[in-house]
Amino acid sequence: MAKDALLDFDKALEIFEPVIGLEVHIELSTKTKMFSSAPNIFGDDPNTAITPVCLGLPGSLPVVNKEAVRYSISLGLALGCEIAETCRFARKNYFYPDLAKNYQISQYDEPIAFDGELEVELDNGDIITVPIERAHMEEDAGKLTHVGGSTGRIQGAEYSLVDYNRAGVPLVEIVTRPIFGTEHRAGEVARAYVSTIRDIVRALGISEARMERGNLRCDANVSLRLRGAEKLGTRTETKNVNSLRSIERAIRYEIQRQAAILEKGGIITQETRHWHEDTGTTSPGRPKSDADDYRYFPEPDLLPIRTTRETVEELRALLPEPPAAQRRRLKAEWGFTDLDFQAIVNAGLLVEVRETIEAGAQPQAARKWWMGEVSRTANERGVEPSTLVTPEQVADLQSVIDEGIVNDKLAREVLVGLMAGEGSAREIIEARGLAVVSDDTALIAAIDDALLSQPDVLEKIREGKVQAAGAVIGAVMKAMGGKADAARVRELVIERAAAV
Amino acid sequence: MPEITEETVSHLANLARIALTPDEIAKLTGELSAIVHAVEAVNQVATPDVPATSHPIPMENVWRDDVVADQLTTEQALAGAPDHDGSRFRVTAILGEEH
Repeated sequence: MAKDALLDFDKALEIFEPVIGLEVHIELSTKTKMFSSAPNIFGDDPNTAITPVCLGLPGSLPVVNKEAVRYSISLGLALGCEIAETCRFARKNYFYPDLAKNYQISQYDEPIAFDGELEVELDNGDIITVPIERAHMEEDAGKLTHVGGSTGRIQGAEYSLVDYNRAGVPLVEIVTRPIFGTEHRAGEVARAYVSTIRDIVRALGISEARMERGNLRCDANVSLRLRGAEKLGTRTETKNVNSLRSIERAIRYEIQRQAAILEKGGIITQETRHWHEDTGTTSPGRPKSDADDYRYFPEPDLLPIRTTRETVEELRALLPEPPAAQRRRLKAEWGFTDLDFQAIVNAGLLVEVRETIEAGAQPQAARKWWMGEVSRTANERGVEPSTLVTPEQVADLQSVIDEGIVNDKLAREVLVGLMAGEGSAREIIEARGLAVVSDDTALIAAIDDALLSQPDVLEKIREGKVQAAGAVIGAVMKAMGGKADAARVRELVIERAAAV
Repeated sequence: MPEITEETVSHLANLARIALTPDEIAKLTGELSAIVHAVEAVNQVATPDVPATSHPIPMENVWRDDVVADQLTTEQALAGAPDHDGSRFRVTAILGEEH
């Protein structure tokens, strides 16, 4: 593949103004699919969550999942949208085996929610208002695995394998209006927007919103126009962006790529582009079909959805606190500095830290684990921290420290066990033999040994120079193989210095 | 009302992944034109005070509770498939057209 020419980012922004638009797909965590009573599950064996509707079998008919509609209304309200009094489903016709019916049931000219706006907070605390055009309901498509061809199979062996477990899973697609004025922070605004939506749907309890699982997907539209120009430039739509960090990188890349073309007098092709995480580049996909080519028409198998004012108000009353307000409250409650708190937000770990505190851990301890060991391990493995441990496990881990069963150092080994799925913190301590020595007799014996072998240190401690105890504590910890509570050892060293 | 041309029919056939011979395109162009003109006749009768309708029965909110039912086994799901690998449907590869 030819390498794209890129213009320096700052230079690109001198000449052009970036305009972005974002399409976010949220998979709802209902028990069943959008139009069929098949289970809505993740990661099961292929074609096990299937009903005749999922396969588009003759005679099967879709029926709307009431819960999915309520989830969609809640999400629309949380995005500040109007909720349509009546709305309809539409057929989007295309011929591709990821859906067996040859069409996707979606919404077209009558989305359930429209005209909203969302305040998103940037790393430095600035608030940007993102205009929301619409949020509509639709169904997800199945999963294809391509075999042969590029993987080196013999000519003619190319085929695809289709798993329809995901086909029909309820989706809400949230579409922004063009977002102007983001300038050099275009990527950051996009990341903050998606992160805010993730916080909202998790707070609503309507989606797991795990990007690495595809529960939350973002397509980024980017176009450039010359400074001072009225007319929007031709846009590209970048897909396959599966992490918050990638969103930011993909937008930056597209700005630099398009700028390099436009600066040389070239033209941008309106197309879908695929983001490649490994190389940090995008490559062209199919040319973007016109909406006309999808030949949308009202879905004849489904009836309109009417939402009463009462339902809207009932769901509005159940909305959780908006993320920005919640952040202000939590920061005060936890007593964190701006810097510490913002670091958690920027790492996308606010939900994890909050749930860990709710599960019983002290705020500083919750912050320390998620921002420290867990994030470090996640970085090493190239995964999201939330995939490694749950907030309950981290709270469990902290509780064994608080109870003096392990010290901080041993706790890190317990964490390794938790991440490897070896059971609860206590089970891991038992299995790996990690508990600190809480028997004072054993500690005292080791302390007396250490004190007597370092008479000069002993003398200093007796003279009241307690900082000299460090050398003895070190020797005792070593003798105990690290399995001692340093604070308790310190107490005993002072005590024993007077006694031996 | 746009006229149905042979180009329109070719384009639609391409979208639907159907291979048509020139004779078939010519025949369908005539047939589709007749259908479009018939629909056009309905448009002439419709007045602004008659709202467009997508369904003949005036019903709304026909939905179901979020409860699992009617599941097929994998064997049942694959039973009508022309080709499969025991757990997944096997189809001719069409690369690069994910939606």
